[in-house]
Amino acid sequence: MEQPRPSVVDIQDLGFAYGKAIVLHDLTMAVGPREVFAIVGPNAAGKTTLLRCIERVLTPRTGTVRIDGRDLKSLSARDVSRRVASVPQSHTPAFPYTVQDVVLMGRNPHLGATSQPGPHDVAAAQEAMDELGIRAIAARPYTQLSGGQLQLVLLARALAQEAQVLLLDEPTAHLDFRNRHLVLGRIRDLAICRGLTVIMTVHDPNDAMQYADQVGLLRDGVLVALGTPQEVLTANNLGELYGMPIEVLSDGARHVIVAGIGS
Amino acid sequence: MKRERFLPTLLLMWVGVLAVLLASLCLGRYPITPKTVLQVLVSRFAPIVRTWDPTVETVVWQVRLPRALAAALVGAALASGGAVFQGLFHNPLVSPYVLGVSSGAGFGAAVAILLGAGAAVTQASAFATGAVAVSLTWLVARSGLDWSHVALVLAGFVVGSLFSSLVAGAQYVADPSTKLPQIVFWLMGSLASVQWADLLRAVVVIMPCLLAITVLRWKLNILSMGDDEARSLGENPEWMRVVLIGLTTMATAVSVALSGVIGWVGLVVPHLARGIVGPDSRRLIPASVALGAIYMMIIDDVARSLTMAEIPLGILTGIVGAPVFALLLRRSRSDWN
Repeated sequence: MEQPRPSVVDIQDLGFAYGKAIVLHDLTMAVGPREVFAIVGPNAAGKTTLLRCIERVLTPRTGTVRIDGRDLKSLSARDVSRRVASVPQSHTPAFPYTVQDVVLMGRNPHLGATSQPGPHDVAAAQEAMDELGIRAIAARPYTQLSGGQLQLVLLARALAQEAQVLLLDEPTAHLDFRNRHLVLGRIRDLAICRGLTVIMTVHDPNDAMQYADQVGLLRDGVLVALGTPQEVLTANNLGELYGMPIEVLSDGARHVIVAGIGS
Repeated sequence: MKRERFLPTLLLMWVGVLAVLLASLCLGRYPITPKTVLQVLVSRFAPIVRTWDPTVETVVWQVRLPRALAAALVGAALASGGAVFQGLFHNPLVSPYVLGVSSGAGFGAAVAILLGAGAAVTQASAFATGAVAVSLTWLVARSGLDWSHVALVLAGFVVGSLFSSLVAGAQYVADPSTKLPQIVFWLMGSLASVQWADLLRAVVVIMPCLLAITVLRWKLNILSMGDDEARSLGENPEWMRVVLIGLTTMATAVSVALSGVIGWVGLVVPHLARGIVGPDSRRLIPASVALGAIYMMIIDDVARSLTMAEIPLGILTGIVGAPVFALLLRRSRSDWN
């Protein structure tokens, strides 16, 4: 942690509170390029709040968030959205837009108040759809998709923003086993191919174990551990985090986290 | 709908607007042939030998044209207003009256009629109270902790009810032989007495509003994703909503001041338009404007030529709108599930 390394997202002493209820305490972390950072923690630990502070949908009480050295406080909402894109945990469609129209909305940060997406924006949207293999359903209403497809559409929308930082709030919450690994695999690939910095919250520590480069354990708004998956996701740490016995099974290369036996 | 097919469709709609406009000038208790109508119109701008009765000229130029144009304008304003509000509130069942503008305007008109004011003052009064009602809705919604579009719709309901009571009060004290019929007739909507001056007053407000809404329409797609996602996409939803609600309210209030309260247009027409061009507001807004104009002109033609007496527009739009809407609901439920 001490040695200087190039980081894209640099968070210093971040604090946030809803009214009097303090949600985040003095959080400090840094994430580099091509890195997948997973935030692991129980419900109500402040995971989503942390993401929202990073994309400045919420304004932190204290501390700074820097993207590529620029303090977010000095940037307009539009400028932030050109650097940080996010995929929401859940999405309620109001109108049956086509998949392409939804992905095209990701171009909004690059458009002025009165302009509309042009051919260049359509090309960027199509590229994003190609990258995630959903070009074939471009003309389908996005209300008629499966949960996995919808997640990919929202991910494509975030890619169309062409931001360097990608935030994902429990990207696998509504997905079956296959789609879960499909989506996480794609996210992994994107970090490497597009050179993105990915920060995601995960429910299941196994997702972090398998797909993250760095893991942060969040408990009651405090970052209690930070490091590589193997360093952080130990039976001890996780047992304390979730307040239950936990075992990590290993065959040397792969590690699986399971609930421990007994109380 | 594919992009390549949208422009021809929109063009067709505008041809429809012109065709219905021409038909509106021909139809009525005093039928005029389309040829004569065109000659009368052209003679205004070019020297042509006048072979028609001066009455024809008056009927076309002074009576039917301002009235048909007013119908088109009101239809366009209400339909696009409905489309904007439906996008803003992520709800396809919201009408441009949801923030209480119609009840507010109704109260202003009723008071003006009680005081024996003329058409211009009645319109001004209707517009003013319509704007006051929406501002009040805004204030009530803002005062709550949970500042959301649900709060806004509920506040609109509250303020609308208040002004409805005030309108009922005005009707109660109105002279039942003279003022009361006037108030009731106004509340049911009519374009019977529209003159060029009324039309022009409305045009100078409604046209810029429609233009601004058309320019900003892509943002409606973004706002319909919800506030959090709109923010993630770099938009300021609060500010954009204020601008769009302001423009829509202005256009709606002026429409109501001109024509009285005409319901259902803002619900039926955007729904119809969505069925033809899809939900993307880049297409929906222009299509709603054109279809709204066509719809309202046809309704007004029916209102003035179906029976000897004029039928109030609000009655017709309700009788036509409710079944049409019920049909649309049945057929295209997948449209917004």
